[in-house]
Amino acid sequence: MSLLELKNVYKIYGDLHALDDVSLKVEKGEWVSIMGPSGSGKSTMMNIIGCMDKPSKGEVLLDGVDISKESKKNLTNIRRDKIGLIFQQFHLVNYLTAVENVMLAQYYHSIPDEKEALEALERVGLGDRAKHLPSQLSGGEQQRVCVARALINYPEVILADEPTGNLDEANEEIVVELFHKLHNEGTTLIVVTHDPEVAEVAQRTLVLRSGKLSKEIVNENFTGKIHFD
Amino acid sequence: MKKRKMFIRMITASLMRRRSRMIVALLSIAIGATILSGLVSIYYDVPRQMGAQFRNYGANMIFTGEDGSLGLDEVIAGEKKIDPAELVGAAPYRYENVRINDIPVVAAGTDPQGVQKTSPYWRVEGSWFSGGGELLVGASVAESFRIKSGDVIDVSFTPAAQEDESGEEEFVMDNFKTFTVMGILQTGGSEENYIYMSLDDLRELTGTEGSIDVAELSVSAGQEELSAYIDAINSGVKGVHASLVKRVTASEATVLTKLQALVLLVTIVVLALTMICVATTMTAVVAERRKEIGLRKAIGASDKSIIQEFMGESMLLGLLGGALGSVLGYVFAQQVSINVFSSSISFRPVLVPVTVIASIAVTGISSLMPIRSATDVDPAMVLKGE
Ligand SMILES: Nc1ncnc2c1ncn2[C@@H]1O[C@H](COP(=O)(O)OP(=O)(O)OP(=O)(O)O)[C@@H](O)[C@H]1O
Ligand SMILES: [Mg+2]
Repeated sequence: MSLLELKNVYKIYGDLHALDDVSLKVEKGEWVSIMGPSGSGKSTMMNIIGCMDKPSKGEVLLDGVDISKESKKNLTNIRRDKIGLIFQQFHLVNYLTAVENVMLAQYYHSIPDEKEALEALERVGLGDRAKHLPSQLSGGEQQRVCVARALINYPEVILADEPTGNLDEANEEIVVELFHKLHNEGTTLIVVTHDPEVAEVAQRTLVLRSGKLSKEIVNENFTGKIHFD
Repeated sequence: MKKRKMFIRMITASLMRRRSRMIVALLSIAIGATILSGLVSIYYDVPRQMGAQFRNYGANMIFTGEDGSLGLDEVIAGEKKIDPAELVGAAPYRYENVRINDIPVVAAGTDPQGVQKTSPYWRVEGSWFSGGGELLVGASVAESFRIKSGDVIDVSFTPAAQEDESGEEEFVMDNFKTFTVMGILQTGGSEENYIYMSLDDLRELTGTEGSIDVAELSVSAGQEELSAYIDAINSGVKGVHASLVKRVTASEATVLTKLQALVLLVTIVVLALTMICVATTMTAVVAERRKEIGLRKAIGASDKSIIQEFMGESMLLGLLGGALGSVLGYVFAQQVSINVFSSSISFRPVLVPVTVIASIAVTGISSLMPIRSATDVDPAMVLKGE
């Protein structure tokens, strides 16, 4: 059984088909990129996979559970237990320190554990920035805090919507390197990106166009490392 | 770490690190709490204040002589019938016609200490008089004679002419006494037409023992108790006729309830205004933090925990505002009391927890609606990067 399976999924706003009959499978431990022009439905799809939105039609099976039929409350629970989210605009709570932001995810999931949160920050190379507020961190550092927060509860799948969209090359490399580590540990990764260099690193790239899956590119020589031209 | 510890850490961080934002909310709560606790303080102090206030408007009991003349010892015998704890003060008055620069004036001989008790509303420019040639001059007398405090003036008295054996009126010399004007009396009433000196000075000036015309007493007792005193004195003390000055005592109760009702009304209005203010502030706070709410939900917060967190914050604000308000409220009540009633109020420790709890409850209740709207935030907006 696949970890994630979309069967003929539609998301319709009025007469706009943001997702138009999308079917796909993602296996456990896979690293998948999603590309496509602006407005093609990438975020719409991530919202549905991330249990924050429901499809207009179709089935979405996450770990065998059809999340398109679940109540809002159950969706919150599933999201909390199975999904780690990373956003383009490094969303952090601006009045909590880096370590507190990581602990926030633990707090909603189970029990906050400062030691573990600090270890997660160390993994992303921010052990010495733990007590800083988001405003005292660079964009790259903030995004790494988001990565630490996303992985703290050992989610089944990490969803990242343009995680490197606002980062320079150096930070982009750090984040991709983190993804590589997570992938090696067996975490499933679904990464939306505009950046071909980031997309290419993944094992597989899906291309969305006007709500439809238009192409699938398999990376034959997958290394998980980013190569800049 | 316990969940609760993280919860407290979060809400205190939100208040402390977003200080400039929260200060507005805190101030509105603190001002509301200040006025509320101040008014409650005044509400409970009004009866006491008003009691003092009514005594301020003159004595509530007077003694007159049964046959027109009253001796000082009779007045004292009458006073003995009144519980010393309830007797605020007593002032005997003896009036005589005297002259200043040959122009007649009425002089009142009295007990300066007693007058201060029975007529504390007298405003004296300069200083109060005591015995030994000291004089207090009513404002209208002072004006017509151009007297100011510090002046030294002669007061004369013409003793009653006595007929000698031949039936002719004997010529008698006027008595003179020199007085220092200590102060000018302002009351806005007829008291301004008199000059005041001690009984001893008047006795010395007139050369006669004389008799007391009236004694004013200020008694702090209820209507029934006052009537009981009147009966006891009229039947038990010979030569003294006691009566109540009804005008003031009867109206005391009605004015009191009206005043309390007014304070209560103002309290309710202020309460309503505070709640509106808190609700508005919390609505703004929630609106401004929609992104944060969306984020919290995206990383797994349930509606319940969102409500708990915002409720926790607003209750913490209520706690701080209430604590601040109970202190400022005392200061406020004290100022009102001093400026309006010219007396201080006592600090009621019980008002501190009451204010704090009321403030928490009021903040919590008025935050309910805004906080409920926080749960409407769609976590999907976070991914959309709104
Ligand atoms: N709540 C909504 N109501 C109506 N239309 C919507 C809504 N959300 C998204 N859309 C539309 O759905 C389409 C897909 O939007 P989506 O956000 O998924 O695009 P995207 O691929 O993530 O684009 P980008 O790369 O710019 O982020 C767009 O045309 C958008 O206007
Ligand atoms: Mg998008």
